[in-house]
Amino acid sequence: MIPAKFEYIKASSVSEALGLLDKHGDEAQLLSGGHSLIPTMKLRLNQPKVVVDIGKIPGLNSISEDGSNVVIGANCTHHQIATSSVVQGGVNVLAQTAKEIGDIQVRNKGTIGGSLAHADPAADYPAVILASGAKIEVEGSGGKRTIDATDFFLGIFETALESNEMITAVHVPKSSGGVYLKFSQPASRFAVVGCAAIKNDSGVSVGLTGVAGCAYRASAVESAYNGDAKAAAAHAVDGVEVMGDNFASSKYRAHLAKVFTERALNALG
Amino acid sequence: MKINLKVNGKDHTSDVEPMMSLAAYLREVLLLTGTHVGCDTSSCGACTIKMDGKAVKSCTILAVQADGCDITTIEGLSQNGEMHPLQASFKENHGLQCGFCTPGMIMTAENLLSENPNPTEEEIRHGLEGNFCRCTGYHNIVKSIQHAAESN
Repeated sequence: MIPAKFEYIKASSVSEALGLLDKHGDEAQLLSGGHSLIPTMKLRLNQPKVVVDIGKIPGLNSISEDGSNVVIGANCTHHQIATSSVVQGGVNVLAQTAKEIGDIQVRNKGTIGGSLAHADPAADYPAVILASGAKIEVEGSGGKRTIDATDFFLGIFETALESNEMITAVHVPKSSGGVYLKFSQPASRFAVVGCAAIKNDSGVSVGLTGVAGCAYRASAVESAYNGDAKAAAAHAVDGVEVMGDNFASSKYRAHLAKVFTERALNALG
Repeated sequence: MKINLKVNGKDHTSDVEPMMSLAAYLREVLLLTGTHVGCDTSSCGACTIKMDGKAVKSCTILAVQADGCDITTIEGLSQNGEMHPLQASFKENHGLQCGFCTPGMIMTAENLLSENPNPTEEEIRHGLEGNFCRCTGYHNIVKSIQHAAESN
């Protein structure tokens, strides 16, 4: 399989990449690790005229601490995140989640920025990004802004990113003792259902992926939780339109969402 | 588009179309046909190579993305005519049947052992989750990797 013809431009800075996005509009796509974009181009589901490679832009692949946040550059690979002592020490649930993505080879190439921008409804990161209350730092030619995780995921492969913006970093509040549990699709290891739960000052925060068109914060579970995991987990799909496909019907997915939420809450201890 | 890269220690300069995958470049331009293409969608792992020291699936990387990179393919593992310990162990332990998945299995195993020189059987099996063997010969593949780890 060969993608449709396109022009390839390697950007050497964020401003150059943003200039190219402004110039080419919807005809341009950003390429980082390429593990979401390239398969869709090969299958001709996606036929950008211009591919802007941001994979080698300096400064986008570092992980650092900023007060109570761990700041992860958009080009950090899943392997980098899984093995980073800063991530393991600050927000270990994210390192553990990164370790669950795909396989060794995919983790060596795929990036957090690419995964979040792609917004696959079955991706792993969004559950943790939501539960941890992370902020997505994006930049456009008009300047920088940050988007709360709860405002970022809008639908199937749809995010709050404008077409002339790119993700530059993810700011994840530090936490301890969070868990991410998923029911994996047996071949792809994508989440049929995935639940992240993190303790916070007022109780727990819960993010669910794989269940609906996009990952969501299970606020009904959070407000119902008073120590009884099963009772709170019963609210996992309140107000949610649950997806059904050839892997799991919507009824089965709703059941799995409750089961995995209960298990995640129990695992928090 | 012009690219410069190092493959198995040798510098190459080529002019490639942006749409060409790295796997196709290695096979069709450099004639390094040890890198196989199976699913062509980053599921099966037959196209696994090392790029700047890390195992990656070359069917899902554009050749132009490899500009400036250091690539190792299965052909680059043996030194001075001596098989790499993993190659020798696969031979010794019947780690291959039809052999199609073998180059990818070995390149992934090499990455696994470089990060975890003494993996448990479970860690090996998890480490191979991105590599399919259509002969279902996983048992001896795992055994081969265990033996290679022990003999190192």
